[in-house]
Amino acid sequence: MPRMMLDGNGAASEALRLARVQVISAYPITPQSPIAEQLANYVAEGRLHAKYIRVESEHSALSCAIGAQLTGVRAATATSSVGLALMHEVLGVAAGCRVPIIMPVVNRALVSPWSLWCDHQDSMAERDSGWLQFFAEDAQAVLDLTLAAYRIGEDERVQLPAMICLDGFFLSHRTDAVSVPEESDVDDFLPRYQPHNLVLDPDHPIFINDLTPSSDFMEMRYQQQQAFEAARSVVSEVFEDFGRRFGRSYSAVEAYACEDAEAVLITLGSMSGTAKCAVDELRAKGARVGVLKIISFRPFPAAEIRKCLKKVPRVGVIDRSANLGAETGPVCAEVLAACKESGTTQIHGFVAGLGGRDVPVESIANAFYALLSQEELESGARWLDVRENALFIREVQS
Amino acid sequence: MLEIKTRAKGFVAHGVSACAGCGLELAIRVVVDVLGRNTVIVIPPGCAALFSGFGSETALRIPGLQGNLENTAAYAAGIKAGFEMQGRSDINVLGFAGDGATVDIGLQSLSGAFERGDRILYVCYDNEAYMNTGIQGSGSTPHQAWTTTTPAGKTARRKDMLQIVAAHGIPYAATASIGYVEDLRKKVGKAKASGGPAYIHIHSPCPPGWGFEPEKSVEIARAAVRTRSWPLYEIVDRVKGRITVPVGKPQPVAEYLKLQGRFAGITPEELELVQKEVEEEYALLLKRLDSQ
Repeated sequence: MPRMMLDGNGAASEALRLARVQVISAYPITPQSPIAEQLANYVAEGRLHAKYIRVESEHSALSCAIGAQLTGVRAATATSSVGLALMHEVLGVAAGCRVPIIMPVVNRALVSPWSLWCDHQDSMAERDSGWLQFFAEDAQAVLDLTLAAYRIGEDERVQLPAMICLDGFFLSHRTDAVSVPEESDVDDFLPRYQPHNLVLDPDHPIFINDLTPSSDFMEMRYQQQQAFEAARSVVSEVFEDFGRRFGRSYSAVEAYACEDAEAVLITLGSMSGTAKCAVDELRAKGARVGVLKIISFRPFPAAEIRKCLKKVPRVGVIDRSANLGAETGPVCAEVLAACKESGTTQIHGFVAGLGGRDVPVESIANAFYALLSQEELESGARWLDVRENALFIREVQS
Repeated sequence: MLEIKTRAKGFVAHGVSACAGCGLELAIRVVVDVLGRNTVIVIPPGCAALFSGFGSETALRIPGLQGNLENTAAYAAGIKAGFEMQGRSDINVLGFAGDGATVDIGLQSLSGAFERGDRILYVCYDNEAYMNTGIQGSGSTPHQAWTTTTPAGKTARRKDMLQIVAAHGIPYAATASIGYVEDLRKKVGKAKASGGPAYIHIHSPCPPGWGFEPEKSVEIARAAVRTRSWPLYEIVDRVKGRITVPVGKPQPVAEYLKLQGRFAGITPEELELVQKEVEEEYALLLKRLDSQ
């Protein structure tokens, strides 16, 4: 398998090319823009047989993609931050009409204040939108998870769209050696798109997405919820098949040194690598710590997390987004809900890395020390590395 | 489920729950009839969504998608692209939206599709307000008209949507009226033949919204044209503009306004102003069409 130097955006673009998407509708936004550009290049160079629609907004980008895919082709777009927020209304259409669009989301903070840089609030704000969400740790995972997501989302038992979440700049702009599968191998893994339910075709006319009475609405939502339930086993099947074919294995959660751990940190995305590094350093000093990385945030792997944390006395969850007004960040809230019956495990929330702030090894080590110290941690989430003068910066004197 | 005893002619069912005298109903029947079965329709929420259907029933025998209020043109562009990639460029993709979904909230996506030259057909049925939500004023509500959000009469003039559309230089753009069905049929045919992007803006009187009896819809649509309040014209290939239904001796605008309850509160001075505006705009239109 050839290795190419690709950054996360390059890996996402390469995956969409390998999936042979036929309609692309993209709108540029930092830090996603290189995906919009690369896909345009592929089409211009003839490396991808697709129609490129240079839309005037993210709202139209997703609307175009939904319309195109409803005719029976794979359609692609990608976005970030406020672009994803602008898509919000239409995300529900893709999900509710069960159109399995696979969309790279280059994670970036939401306004306000303005930030160009990474955090997860954009995709967390869409966690109830009916999309599968997979978080990548590195550029290789961006490529692999994108290809796997097509098989998962398009599976007849699932029929759900998916976001491939990659950390802005940390992944999108960092270059790695990435193994890129042969086109023919991808074609075998990912056959031509077969719509299973709704399709626009003058020979078989149906009307899609009309007004639905309350006697049917709940049932249709329930169908979506059941699709997420079905997705749990499909995710495992597809990851297994992917591993057999391409030699890299993935799972809904990935445990690192959790077996005998006294403290485990739960992470998403690029900070997972840093956390593993912190684990190696702390283990060298005798501390029994581990990391549990969540790859599949939707469906949320509650059972796998419970299983993994069963014997772990202290657990921390690092959220890269604030769940303003709630006690903990969104990931921590879900972990707490998943583990509500396991009385012996204490779970604490941490918030870190907002608006592009780095989450270095020392910060993760500090979170481990806090967990291991047996100190009584605050009931809400602890914000890591917040400056002491936090309440006074940008204060306007009257 | 209704029992269908006689099949409707064309592609639109009879017994649709549109209001009696609805101008839009005539418009959709004519437009879909001319385009034929090889057509996919995109309808946003609004009065036309009555034709999308309800639950497991639809009023249309062509495939369709009910979109959102602001992205009719974007859905249509995507659908067209999907068919083109499968060698089905022959399928007409029609956006069918009201004035709110076109001249207000849908203007951005429409402008994007027309700028790119996406080969869609777009029809705006203009009942001059947000009728499905209960007669709220839109960018297409005429000067001085009452709506629930312009209770003292609208103080601003309406947007000239045809000028906006024409500025994109698309192959075909026209106004039309449900009072002139033959003219409308021809225009839909030309829009289809042009391949798109094509735009037709159909004046569609609304009995409950405008305050008149249902049997007067066609009469009122004709009065709008005869008073030059709604000129019927087309612009072909960016430059060839012409009036398609000439009105040699226009009636006073009052003959049109007096038929409608929404202008009941208009003062003689305001009426005079509207008359002046209509004359000015018609003169400017003729200049533009001549110079094209």
